Amino acid sequence: MDPTVTMDQPSEVWGRARRALDGLPDGRGLNIAHEAVDRHLGTDREHRVAIRWLGVRGAREDLTYGDLAERTSRFANVLQDLGVGAGDPVFALSGRTPLLYVAALGTLKHRAVFSPLFAAFGPEPVRTRLRIGRGRVLVTTEAQYRRKVAGLRGDLPDLEHVLLVDVAADAAPEGTRSLPALLDAARSTYEIGPTDPEDPALLHFTSGTTGTPKGAVHVHEAVVAHHATGRLALDLRDGDVFWCTADPGWVTGTSYGIISPLTHGATLVVDEGEFEAERWYGILRDQAVDVWYTAPTAVRMLMRAGADLAPREDLGRLRFVASVGEPLHAEAVAWGRDALGTPIHDNWWQTETGGIMVANGPGQQIRPGSMGRPLPGVDAAVLALDDHGELRRDGAGELVRCDPDETGELALRAGWPSMFRGYLDQDERYARCFADGWYRSGDLVRQDADGYVWFVGRGDDVIKSAGHLIGPFEVEKVLLEHPAVVEAGVIGVPDPVAGEVVQAFVSLAEGRHPSDELRRELLGHARGRLGPAVAPRTIGFDQDLPKTRSGKIMRRLLRARVLGLDEGDTSTLEVAR
Amino acid sequence: MTALTESDARDLIAKVLADIAPEVDLDGARPDGQLQEELGLDSMDFLNLMIGIHDETGLTVPERDYPALSTLDGAIAYLAERTA
Repeated sequence: MDPTVTMDQPSEVWGRARRALDGLPDGRGLNIAHEAVDRHLGTDREHRVAIRWLGVRGAREDLTYGDLAERTSRFANVLQDLGVGAGDPVFALSGRTPLLYVAALGTLKHRAVFSPLFAAFGPEPVRTRLRIGRGRVLVTTEAQYRRKVAGLRGDLPDLEHVLLVDVAADAAPEGTRSLPALLDAARSTYEIGPTDPEDPALLHFTSGTTGTPKGAVHVHEAVVAHHATGRLALDLRDGDVFWCTADPGWVTGTSYGIISPLTHGATLVVDEGEFEAERWYGILRDQAVDVWYTAPTAVRMLMRAGADLAPREDLGRLRFVASVGEPLHAEAVAWGRDALGTPIHDNWWQTETGGIMVANGPGQQIRPGSMGRPLPGVDAAVLALDDHGELRRDGAGELVRCDPDETGELALRAGWPSMFRGYLDQDERYARCFADGWYRSGDLVRQDADGYVWFVGRGDDVIKSAGHLIGPFEVEKVLLEHPAVVEAGVIGVPDPVAGEVVQAFVSLAEGRHPSDELRRELLGHARGRLGPAVAPRTIGFDQDLPKTRSGKIMRRLLRARVLGLDEGDTSTLEVAR
Repeated sequence: MTALTESDARDLIAKVLADIAPEVDLDGARPDGQLQEELGLDSMDFLNLMIGIHDETGLTVPERDYPALSTLDGAIAYLAERTA
């Protein structure tokens, strides 16, 4: 047994982690924004840079912890002045600008619920999420508002306040307000109200195989896991320069792109731009990044760009590199050692887990291709499945665990601090995620005799593209809106860069015929409604999509057909959750 | 490789984008704005644009040169220059 693996009970691990945080003064509870920002005031961290923002056109803006405390207080006061209450949902739809971070933390200060949307979403995913989440406030940019939200206002009765980050007071379009003007007018101090650790804090949307997206609710206590796992899985230390390349529109970009590093007093690098190999290497070098958290797609794009762009000797500060989103292949782990001077540590978690659960952590031997081992405090098991994807039970009715190297479903003993506390308005769907006190991840894995976990596949039809989960139903629904389409099946197909890309197959209405022109029309329709992150990259025509007798498209069979797999083997591993 | 005038280069970009992102309105984009932002493209789209340009012309755009193609004006000038 590896001596670094603690044998403590999970409750002891998390209890210790909780004591490493301050809690609100006078025992008023636990608030994420206090742990990330306010508690650093009056210490030597107050004048340290909390957020270093790098603009796409070369601009740079530094916010110290003191600045961040003041601005987030102003934002909390803005919410207060607008009549927004504790628990009210505040959404953000914006590129990575300093005000996005101010809005996130200011919302948490005010005990409202922060829900980030990905800026590359089209109007349809934005509308669906704002509706499900009953968003009362939206923080966004003028362009995003104009393109995606202005036309939907009539369909969003709960949306009272739209705050634009990039317009002056006299330039705000009708129905919106200038956030900079509101911040200027707001008071600069704010006392965080009593916060129960179980108060909702974050709402992250994720996708399932069927139905609408699910809004996973996280509570303020999640900060215990954000803080602890930042150290355990990412080696984050006080004063580190940390760069997480994930957008706050996804859970990684919030848990580790905002909260975790700030609780450690780190300097957070925020890059406004999208991936560009040479600039990324420049950021690692010029900002003297100590810890870097990125994704396999980015790693593969860097590998593709060639090693000559990577001046390894310039990256001497880089101490720890980690990756999440999908399995990191062994070649990428080794590439990191050669090109970056440190191997890349894969880890695993989900929107529902709120924080890293399984990791190739610091000081432990990496098994290339494996997601690592369960972190201290995380009780993980591989549960055996029967031929129908149901959990297997023994004669006494107990769940059966897999033997080493046997494939089953990864499950976590419920109760860790950052566990989601519900899917908004979908109690039954939430309940289906649990069995006998275990959270069922829906991921098929095997665990070797030394405890390392190896990803095998998804147990459902959800597509993993560039580290993001995409629900096929959401895509099919938009394709079916087009009058030429009567049936649609959406699957993920392997891609050397993104892991998987979204591919759609449609059956056409009578009188419509396949053509390149129609293909483009459908692609344009889907992209216009869904945005590039969710829309299919390619669309095929198929008048004979595989269906069950009840008429449901069998995506697994479709995928098997497209990839030339044995159709007989594909249904057995489906997870019935 | 055939030399591309600036007008040819623009047509080439339009042609390749028609298969990747048919909804894009090249005429409505600010020519000096960030291409991805102006046209609503993500990194994968941009990569596919580079691959499409290669497939159409045989021209390989090295990763190092990507920043030169980050605006529409820049991309047109780059393609005209590389094929000259």
